[in-house]
Amino acid sequence: MAEPNRIEARFTKLREQGRKAFIAFTTAGYPNLGAYPLLLEKLPAAGVDLIEIGVPFSDPMADGPAIQAANNQALREGITLAKILDMVRDFRTKDNETPIVLMGYYNPIYSYGPMRFLDDAQKAGVDGFIVPDLPPEEDEEFRVPAAARGLRVIRLVTPTTDAERLPTVLKDASGFLYYVSITGITGSASAEAANVKTNIDAIRAQSDLPIAIGFGVNTPAQAQEMAALADGVIIGSAIVKRISAHLDDYGKPSATMLDDALTFVGDLAKAVHG
Amino acid sequence: MQNTDEDNASLRAVPDDKGHFGPYGGRYVAETLMPLILELEKAYNEAKADPAFQLELDDYLKHYVGRPSPLYYAPRLTEHFGGAKIYLKREELNHTGAHKINHCMGQILLAKRMGKKRIIAETGAGQHGVATATVAALFNLPCVVYMGELDIERQRPNVFRMRLLGAEVRPVKSGSRSLKDAMNEALRDWVSHIDDTYYIIGTVGGPHPYPAMVRDFQSIIGRETRQQLMEAEGRTPDSLVACVGGGSNAMGLFHEFLDDPSVAIHAVEAAGHGIATGMHAAALTGGRAGILHGMRSYFLQNEDGQIQEAHSISAGLDYPGVGPEHAWLHDNGRVSYVAVTDDEALDAFQLCSKLEGIIPALEPSHALAYVGKIAPSLPRDHLMVVNLSGRGDKDIFTVAERLGVQI
Repeated sequence: MAEPNRIEARFTKLREQGRKAFIAFTTAGYPNLGAYPLLLEKLPAAGVDLIEIGVPFSDPMADGPAIQAANNQALREGITLAKILDMVRDFRTKDNETPIVLMGYYNPIYSYGPMRFLDDAQKAGVDGFIVPDLPPEEDEEFRVPAAARGLRVIRLVTPTTDAERLPTVLKDASGFLYYVSITGITGSASAEAANVKTNIDAIRAQSDLPIAIGFGVNTPAQAQEMAALADGVIIGSAIVKRISAHLDDYGKPSATMLDDALTFVGDLAKAVHG
Repeated sequence: MQNTDEDNASLRAVPDDKGHFGPYGGRYVAETLMPLILELEKAYNEAKADPAFQLELDDYLKHYVGRPSPLYYAPRLTEHFGGAKIYLKREELNHTGAHKINHCMGQILLAKRMGKKRIIAETGAGQHGVATATVAALFNLPCVVYMGELDIERQRPNVFRMRLLGAEVRPVKSGSRSLKDAMNEALRDWVSHIDDTYYIIGTVGGPHPYPAMVRDFQSIIGRETRQQLMEAEGRTPDSLVACVGGGSNAMGLFHEFLDDPSVAIHAVEAAGHGIATGMHAAALTGGRAGILHGMRSYFLQNEDGQIQEAHSISAGLDYPGVGPEHAWLHDNGRVSYVAVTDDEALDAFQLCSKLEGIIPALEPSHALAYVGKIAPSLPRDHLMVVNLSGRGDKDIFTVAERLGVQI
């Protein structure tokens, strides 16, 4: 095992406190390049234990309508991978403990140049990556050099990951495991607790890594229910939808957008932390 | 597949067991889909090794699709260009009017063999959607076809055909509202219906095993061509020409001849308004390596790796990527990739109609336009085979509009 980074430090601390991790996903540059950093810097105070920053892509194949729309708007606003790293760098001047994981499709990273990207991400203060279109069969060229820089590539386990496949996914896994609670796209169906529990138990039997549940968690009540089953809960689409409700036809946010989004994030945090 | 030393030197011994064509191909899909892709690969390998599967496929290809398609000597085009002797491989005479039915028939038999109950597909020009809806009707399976809103507008006859065949055509409103977005939406559908759904991909693209599987089902085009030209001329062709969007008709013609060094191979991409304008669909000529739709290949993209919209008068070529085997054949130089513009394709469309009494689809009109560039300077005994991959009935509205004609 490599040197622990902020991800391990945070999960260790939460375990000691007997608390579950609340992981909030937001789309970088959404609703615009000015408002996003303000949202980002206030997430920890609202109760977010680990920040997941969505890297916008023109073709977000694993995402539902809410995050698709957020991706499109952020791209129109001019977000780039380089600007996202700048935002992380600024965030780190104020907060050097909250782990930051970038979640995004592989092409923008590949286009940036994976090695250069990993160097720049490490310098900016990123701790890990979730790349949904980079399964274990294809992730070596990214995961190995990431690990050499102390960065984690988070593996996803899904309801279709059967007993035969699970060892492939768990081998070389690091940071935490992202349990995708539904078969579908982000923000669509809601997870069924009974099914989730069975699958989480199967993963627990083979891995000591913390497990966080995401994809099908939409409300504080569901967050509370899922928190009981795992080490953490990931919520994205619901937060993005909350922001989008404040946008006018031109994508301009209302004056209360930031406060309302953070209030909602706070409610979700309370539900997860219990 | 057997791997002897001879095979290793062959250009036909790809992909490897992980689906890689050199650095291209692979399986860049969400973890949810990985077990399904692996299951599909296993099922396809078993089917390929089962003589009963091949017999059943051959029977449908003969009696339902109408194969073999003729290899037709085109005397007036030959005379017009005044050089190479031009043969047209008449894939437009297949049932449904294009080559797409070849891989749809193979895939529907595989879907049936796997016990799948529901069929999905993406379509651009609608030819693959029509072929998919056709085989779904034949085997009584419900079928959903994703099609970009923009393509629905410009390919109305095919939309109506699909509906007549009992398929549900779902308009895709996201992104550029064309083929790449239809593929995104089909992948989202697949990940949401993992138990019962078979995704019939319409080109030599997507995650492994699709590029190899679709190529295998299409490669009957090249096998027939070799035999038919042997009967007609007693030898192999000197050159092959086919259009490339995703690249299924081209791989179908080329694959048989990749190890024949005397055969020059030309693949024609869509240059739209011209490569220099940026308004084109030529991934190999004007794009660079990237990852999308489950594969590493060439894509049109901006400097930040965001996929750009493709532009072509031909909806079937209007895709910002290309199959990974083409990317590999491009880099190793076996196939020469060129591009012709909308206007050049339009001219060839009219020329072939008037000279041969064959209205070609706008897609192979790109191939014919390139033939017009190289055939005149070639000797009379040069045998050139052009894949006439689809018929042009679906395109008459588009062409009329571009020519300023009211119909």
